Amino acid sequence: MTEARPDQTVLEFEHVYLVLDDKPVLRDVSFRLVRAETKVILGASSSGKSVLLKTALGLFRPDSGRVAVFGRDITGLREEELYPIRQRIGMVFQEGALFDSMTVYGNVAYVFQEDRALPAEEEEERVRRALRFVGLEEAIEKLPSELSGGMRRRVAIARAFVGQPALMLYDSPTAGLDPLTAQSIITLIVKLGDLEDVSGLVVTHRLQDAGVIADYFYDPESEGLLPAHSNGRDYDTKTSVLVLREGQVVFDGARDEMFRARDAYIRRFIG
Amino acid sequence: MPRQRQTLPNFAAFFDLAKSKVLAVQEFTLLGLRAFRNVFGRPRYLADTLIQMDVIGVGSLPIIVLTGFFTGAVLALQTSKTLQTFGEVTLTGQVVALSLVRELGPVLTALMVAGRNASGMASEIGSMLVSEQIDAMRALGTDPSKKLVTPRLVATVSMLPLLTIISDFVGVTGGFMVSFFIIRMDPVQYWTTAYQSLHFEDVFQGMIKPFIFGYIVAMVGCYFGLTTRGGTQGVGRSTTQAVVAASVLILTTDFFITKLLLALLG
Ligand SMILES: Nc1ncnc2c1ncn2[C@@H]1O[C@H](COP(=O)(O)OP(=O)(O)O)[C@@H](O)[C@H]1O
Ligand SMILES: [Mg+2]
Repeated sequence: MTEARPDQTVLEFEHVYLVLDDKPVLRDVSFRLVRAETKVILGASSSGKSVLLKTALGLFRPDSGRVAVFGRDITGLREEELYPIRQRIGMVFQEGALFDSMTVYGNVAYVFQEDRALPAEEEEERVRRALRFVGLEEAIEKLPSELSGGMRRRVAIARAFVGQPALMLYDSPTAGLDPLTAQSIITLIVKLGDLEDVSGLVVTHRLQDAGVIADYFYDPESEGLLPAHSNGRDYDTKTSVLVLREGQVVFDGARDEMFRARDAYIRRFIG
Repeated sequence: MPRQRQTLPNFAAFFDLAKSKVLAVQEFTLLGLRAFRNVFGRPRYLADTLIQMDVIGVGSLPIIVLTGFFTGAVLALQTSKTLQTFGEVTLTGQVVALSLVRELGPVLTALMVAGRNASGMASEIGSMLVSEQIDAMRALGTDPSKKLVTPRLVATVSMLPLLTIISDFVGVTGGFMVSFFIIRMDPVQYWTTAYQSLHFEDVFQGMIKPFIFGYIVAMVGCYFGLTTRGGTQGVGRSTTQAVVAASVLILTTDFFITKLLLALLG
């Protein structure tokens, strides 16, 4: 799966409508996400951000329109046909959604079941590497209830990318965290995008998250974020922003364009 | 005409309610069929099934023993009192054994397990649903009906008959304690009448019921868990509804099974 066309489309929504409980939740949503791109999705609460991510995973089916993942139309697929596609997508649910009857190890190793089973040592190696990446190797035997909110998010990130997905979906990864922890989660998202070249959809209601993702890149040497446009550096962070309002896309484009938009709803996020 | 304007929306509301109930029954039936079909498919979650067997079987044992014992005991007290008026106290063992094996053993055991486990399943699955763990499961390539529902179904359907046998036995023993220590009956007579009164159709009737009740308990618990709406509060609601629905279904089904079996077996 390494066809390296630079503009390869990873995820595409075409005129997606979705009604839940007689209420339109997504209305004519269209956008495209290309390889290595990170799209930040902004929107007030209940604007349909979580539902949009779940629709990309095939957890919800559009009532009309089309969703294509890695070039494959998933709209009409049966649940079993979706499993191989979902294996290439990592989803970080709001609050983590860790299985609370399992240890951190059990959670992260969960993908290596059935047809994806690995030899025991290899599985442990992969799990440890993922946990090291999020800085939580020492918590491997703990239960989710013993972890703080930020740690749970980090385990959820490890669980989502341990299967080496090409697309990561993050549902409000910074919601309810203190600013420092939120910053560390965003750093992790940028690091994952830059080091592993995965594409991402990042749902957030914080504009500063979009700012960090758009303006910084991960520097492996200093193990931290560096500004993308300073000291003569011009690093393309491949970031775009999409603004959702009551299930409709009201903006989709570069972040700098968003600052020039006049729409009152968009300005609310900027202001 | 204000009167008509009033009735129309009411009728529409009634129609919506009826429609949603029919849909719920349809969903419930489909879930039941899928869970049953999964028993013969792959993957099998053996470890999850064993855990559920432990939770349902071993976990329910103390209350089953307690309720079984005291049901048999009180049954012996009441029937010996009634039989005394006919001068037939010696039949106490027979009445206790027949009532327990045919009716009270299966029903009370099922009601106890419904109270413990239909609620447990609804709240456990419900809280997994509202915390998006069910979505996470599907996102990680697991079918929740295979991983969560089928193990609970298999565990309940296999454990409930065993619990019923235990409850029947403990109940008859409870009846014996009362007839020996309180009514002062001949112990041999109690056991003989109890044993001899039981025919194949009594045992058959008493043993077919727990399989059906087990299905009801597991499916109702899982169904209300999986259809939880409205966050943590909704979990509480599902839990209560599961116990109520399972109990009502057990008692109504019991009536119809009994009617059917009486017609078939006489
Ligand atoms: N499973 C569901 N069933 C019915 N309605 C839902 C469901 N999930 C979300 N909704 C509704 O869809 C709308 C958008 O929800 P969501 O995507 O969670 O918003 P947010 O942007 O805050 O993530 C809300 O009005 C919510 O009530
Ligand atoms: Mg949300």
